Amino acid sequence: MKKTLSLFLVRNREFIRDKASLSWNLVFPLLMIIGFVFAFSGDNKPLFKVGYLEPTPTNSETTNSGRGPVHYPLNHPYIQWIPFTELETGINRVKHHQIDLLVELTAQPRYWINSDSRQGVFLEQLLGDAGVDSALKQPVTGRPVRYIDWVLPGILGMNIMFGGLFGVGYVIVRYRKNGVLKRLQATPVNAIQFLAAQIASRLIIVVGIAIIIFVGCDIFLDFLMLGSYIDLLIITILGAMCLISIGLLAASRTDSEELAGGLLNSLSWPMMFLSGVWFSLEGAHPAMKQLADWLPLTHMVHAAREIMINGTPLGELTSEIWILSAMTLFFLCLASILFRWNKN
Amino acid sequence: METILEIKNLAKSYGKLKAVDGISFKIPPGICFGLLGPNGAGKTTTIEMIEGIIKPSSGTIFYKEKLIDKQFRQEAGIQFQSTALMDFVTVREILKLFTSFYEQTIPVEQLAEQCNLIGFLDQYATKLSGGQRQRLLLALALINDPQILFLDEPTTGLDPQARRHFWELIESIKKQGKTIVLTTHYMDEAEALCDHLVIVDQGKIIEQGSPQELLGQHFNTVCIQIDEAEIDNIPVDVATSTQRVNHQIQIETEQLEQTLSKLIEAGVNLSSMRIRNRTLEDLFLKLTGNQLREAS
Repeated sequence: MKKTLSLFLVRNREFIRDKASLSWNLVFPLLMIIGFVFAFSGDNKPLFKVGYLEPTPTNSETTNSGRGPVHYPLNHPYIQWIPFTELETGINRVKHHQIDLLVELTAQPRYWINSDSRQGVFLEQLLGDAGVDSALKQPVTGRPVRYIDWVLPGILGMNIMFGGLFGVGYVIVRYRKNGVLKRLQATPVNAIQFLAAQIASRLIIVVGIAIIIFVGCDIFLDFLMLGSYIDLLIITILGAMCLISIGLLAASRTDSEELAGGLLNSLSWPMMFLSGVWFSLEGAHPAMKQLADWLPLTHMVHAAREIMINGTPLGELTSEIWILSAMTLFFLCLASILFRWNKN
Repeated sequence: METILEIKNLAKSYGKLKAVDGISFKIPPGICFGLLGPNGAGKTTTIEMIEGIIKPSSGTIFYKEKLIDKQFRQEAGIQFQSTALMDFVTVREILKLFTSFYEQTIPVEQLAEQCNLIGFLDQYATKLSGGQRQRLLLALALINDPQILFLDEPTTGLDPQARRHFWELIESIKKQGKTIVLTTHYMDEAEALCDHLVIVDQGKIIEQGSPQELLGQHFNTVCIQIDEAEIDNIPVDVATSTQRVNHQIQIETEQLEQTLSKLIEAGVNLSSMRIRNRTLEDLFLKLTGNQLREAS
């Protein structure tokens, strides 16, 4: 324990004193948030998002790229139709302004709008013009979910992913290449003690930085946080552990920074684009969704988003918790089996 | 305890290449044991097999007359040929880190004083000069007050002053009764520090003994060197052998006085003459050849 603690403290000092690396770790995600807020503030997306519920989701019209059933009176290029199979999910989206209107595609369609949503009020007017009975209106209230609210869990997850993968991977490869690992091998320190120190140090660093970004963004952007902070911290730690263990696995043998960089990039880029960091995978091709399910970041970001935007308690996120735990255990075991101190 | 370390038929192969080919030797406690050989001879591989860094292909290693075990790492001090240290960590912090690895340790300040590191304790280890860095690596090797100390080419790359200073440190460690296993390329270093030598080449031991024994066995001559320009005819009748080396005539003789008389009689200008005893370097070149070899 003493050996692990000493290695942990030295690694932390090394990281904190490397000012260039530290400041980049803090500034990069903030720059990305600011950049994407600007990037998504003016675009050519449809003006209105309307969710619909159908009793028979197999209707081919419901899968035509979200454009909705052609027979519906509100069909228009500026209206994006999004299918929902569960009423509760749809209402939650209306509540947080993620969609402007939810309608039931029946003969007597009920509809749900948020009175605080300007788009919702406008669409209700259109519905009235189309002959829909306003008596079937189901009012919903809730704070709007902006893109920044939706994307922040993804950005935090992405930052943890890069910190976990590259932070631990590159350090171990560098240690192996320059002989630090060989020197440690000649001491009574064993591989488990060394790896435990690296994991603990990196975990503290990535979670610490995530907390700083979280607090900083909350001050400047006042994002939505409906769930429990403790639940979010638990998911963050679980996700970070999983990503760090993948970083350890990638760095378990090689002494080539180029190879390690290639390996880590080939792991991080698919996660960045397929794990729902920037855009939702709802409506994506089933094969893409299946691939995303194999990526730990998908489960981490989904769980964090559920906690932050929908206030989902940890008890309802058991599948994400199990998947992340199982992946962590698997990658850690594999990394410790494959780990070697020496170059050859 | 007659031997602190013994290796029997130690071998290491990489495919068809035999890096170490059945080496055996014993090291009594308290001596400085030198392992010499050209590049690629198998010195570092041998020493790293003993240290547990490389797994031997075959052979047995005994420490304190028992099969080597985990306790060896608690009692051995190791300095590798080249080791980088963590970035952004001070000398004091690195020494404290290594202190935490061992059951028995020397206080950091005492060690820093012994290895002349007092003035650099709060400096980043990566900012040290070559000599300071080697002294820090030696301090790390000594931190557990080891009974056996492995030094793998510890003075390579140091300037002459730093080398001499390092030798003094090693002498002081020898005086503490510790066993030292030293590999080096520098024959003067081996001659100055080692009590017993093993010369290896192509993975095998080709000679062993004390420096004096080895020189006595292989040489009974002294060497006279004279500038090539000063001499036309060499009086060969008294010279054991002669050869031209770097624009000098090198005359080996068993009878120094007679050879000098002959040279004077022959009218050789002796103003450039140097007389020297045979050194380990001569022995090393005699045993391993003086052709350039590629390290393998």
